[in-house]
This record gives sequence, structure tokens and C-alpha cells, in this order.
Amino acid sequence: MDPRLSVVGARLAGAARILGVTGGKGGIGKSCVASALALALARAGRRCGLLDLDLTGPTDHVILGAPAGFPEEAHGVEPPLCSGVRFMSLTCFAGERPAPLRGADVTNALLEILAITRWGELDALIIDLPPGLGDAAMDCVRLIPRAEYLVVANASRVVQETVRRNLRLLTEMKAPVRGVVENMARSGSDEVRRLAAEHGAPFLGSLPFDETLEPAIGSAERLARTPFFAAVSALRKTLFP
Amino acid sequence: MHEFALADAVIRSALEFAEQGGIARITKLVVRIGELQTIAREVFDYALKEIMPAAEPRLAEAVIVLETEPARFRCRPCAHEFTLAESGGPKEAEDAEAMHFIPELAHACLRCPRCQSPDFELLEGRGVSIASIEGE
Repeated sequence: MDPRLSVVGARLAGAARILGVTGGKGGIGKSCVASALALALARAGRRCGLLDLDLTGPTDHVILGAPAGFPEEAHGVEPPLCSGVRFMSLTCFAGERPAPLRGADVTNALLEILAITRWGELDALIIDLPPGLGDAAMDCVRLIPRAEYLVVANASRVVQETVRRNLRLLTEMKAPVRGVVENMARSGSDEVRRLAAEHGAPFLGSLPFDETLEPAIGSAERLARTPFFAAVSALRKTLFP
Repeated sequence: MHEFALADAVIRSALEFAEQGGIARITKLVVRIGELQTIAREVFDYALKEIMPAAEPRLAEAVIVLETEPARFRCRPCAHEFTLAESGGPKEAEDAEAMHFIPELAHACLRCPRCQSPDFELLEGRGVSIASIEGE
């Protein structure tokens, strides 16, 4: 019998809302959106956590410039505070070592993190999910039934093909989709809006392709001065009024 | 110590099991501790006793037995089966600490002693599990 399954709900009980950030394809900016959204919540005075569940390709620590090192232990592990955000990632334990994890390992590692992390009271917990419909996404739906989802897409037909499957699966699994957001928007196009409408999901607007974003990676202060962050802050107001 | 978080999970799980199975009094709880997670038995035992609700009648007379399960691995590329000791174990204190928190980080810290692959199955001895619950 796996005792960890009995404690996940209790560990997350202090989070008023839980939002998984997902999308069908790697490289469409889910981690930037998730990290910036967490930062925007913190800057708006909300108690916010960020959980990077992209276990084999974690990057949120790079985006926020989170310091390395094991978290503090106090009847569990305490997510370190990073620019006002309670942050947890496999990198808190693995450091820079690559962690090649297959299916059951992903589920086990994810479950261990959920079982031992003490988030405390949060207004929102943002979960950065890996691309696609793999173990982490399925486990998030299974283990955190009250999680809501934000789907990140862009105008590329390649991306939309995968996002469409994402939306269909979330709908089929009765996972609430709070909306679809277009990322890396370069010009006015209606593809993502149409995609959201096809699936009955709210279209939450466009985040600009922002050339100032890359140089701001690693510094919450610089990130917060980008046009991308301004757009994410507007998205934050919609998602967490 | 994150042993408290795991002990908390064990107690909650045992009480859930008792609830679902209509068990009024748990008499024996056997908890298996996987070698890979390197949890100190005395710390875990202490954590279980600290966590256990004092006024919980279903657990008041429970005997708790801790068993250690040796870790065993099977390499996927070369099919070699090996133990933690045969892998050479964690090289650095930080490796041991990483696997203590998340046993799957064995894939980041250990290698198959025959072919040096990080692609192996963990057959037994991962972490904390409940082996059996007896009650009436």
C-alpha cells in the first residue's frame, strides 16, 4: 500500500486554487508563462507557489533565478521563497544532475514531491506541466482533481494540432479549462481564438513575442520590466481577480 | 526532517484503511522502508510515535513493525541485476541526500556496475510502504 496517496490532498489543502499550465508542444513558452504568472501573483500581494512538474526538463529555476540547494526541512520540506514565490522543483534535490526518468519513475518522483512538500497557506499554486499528455499531466489530473488548467498555444498549425488533442483530453477527463492563451504573438491572427472557441474554452488573449524576454531570464526584477510580463499581469487579473 | 511527512502519510493511510475496512482497532502495522531512501529507522519510529494522534482509539494498541527492504535493480540495456552496494552506492553526500528525498534520483546518482547505464529498473527497496495492517 502506498501511503503517499493518502496525504497529497492534505498537503495541498492550504492552496485556495491550483492552476496547471499546459500545452501540447515543447518550446511554446509554458514555463515562461507559468513562472511569470506566479511572479505576477506575488507582486500583486498574493501568496503564491510554483511547482515545476517538468521533471526531465525543468527550467523554472532558470527563469526565476532560484538559488540552488536543498530546501529546509520541517516536518516535510518547505518550498524556498524565490522573489516572493514559494518554489518547488526536482532541481531543488537533483541540482544540475540530469535525471533520466521513465514512466513509473516520473509518477513516483512526482508523488514523493507532492507528499513531502508543505506549501502552507497559498492563494494560488501554479503547476508548470511538461508538454503533451504524458505521465505528469495524467498524474496531475488524477492526483489533484480540483486543479484547473490554462492551455498555452500559438499561431503555428503544428502547435495547434497538439493543443487540440490536449483540449480534447482535458475536456474528456472533465478537468476544468479556465482558458487558452496565445503566446509569442507577432501579429493579429485569430487561429488561437478559433481553437479555443472550437472547444468551448475562453480565449484569454495574446502574450507578445518579446525580444527583451531572453535577456531578462534569470532575474525576477528584469522579467517584471518586460512587455511580456505586463501582458501576463493582465492575464493574472483575469485568472485571479 | 521529512521523515515526519512520510510518517504522517503512513498514519493517515492506515486510518483510511481501517475506516474503509470497518476495523475498530489496528493491532499490528508493518511498514516497509526501502534501502534506497536511507531513512533512519529510529528517526522514522520517533516520527510515527510523534505523529500518531494520542486520542486515536484505532491506533492506541497498535504494534508498529519496521522492516528494511534491500534495494534491487535491473539494468535495461544489459539485463544485469544488482544491489545498492554493487552499484557502488552514492558517490557524494549530496547524492545520498538527493536519493533520500526523491529515491528516483538514483537514476541521476547511480550507474549499472556492468555497463554504466543510468537506465535501470528499481525492482525493490524504493521507499516507505505499508506491507500489512492487522486489526479487528
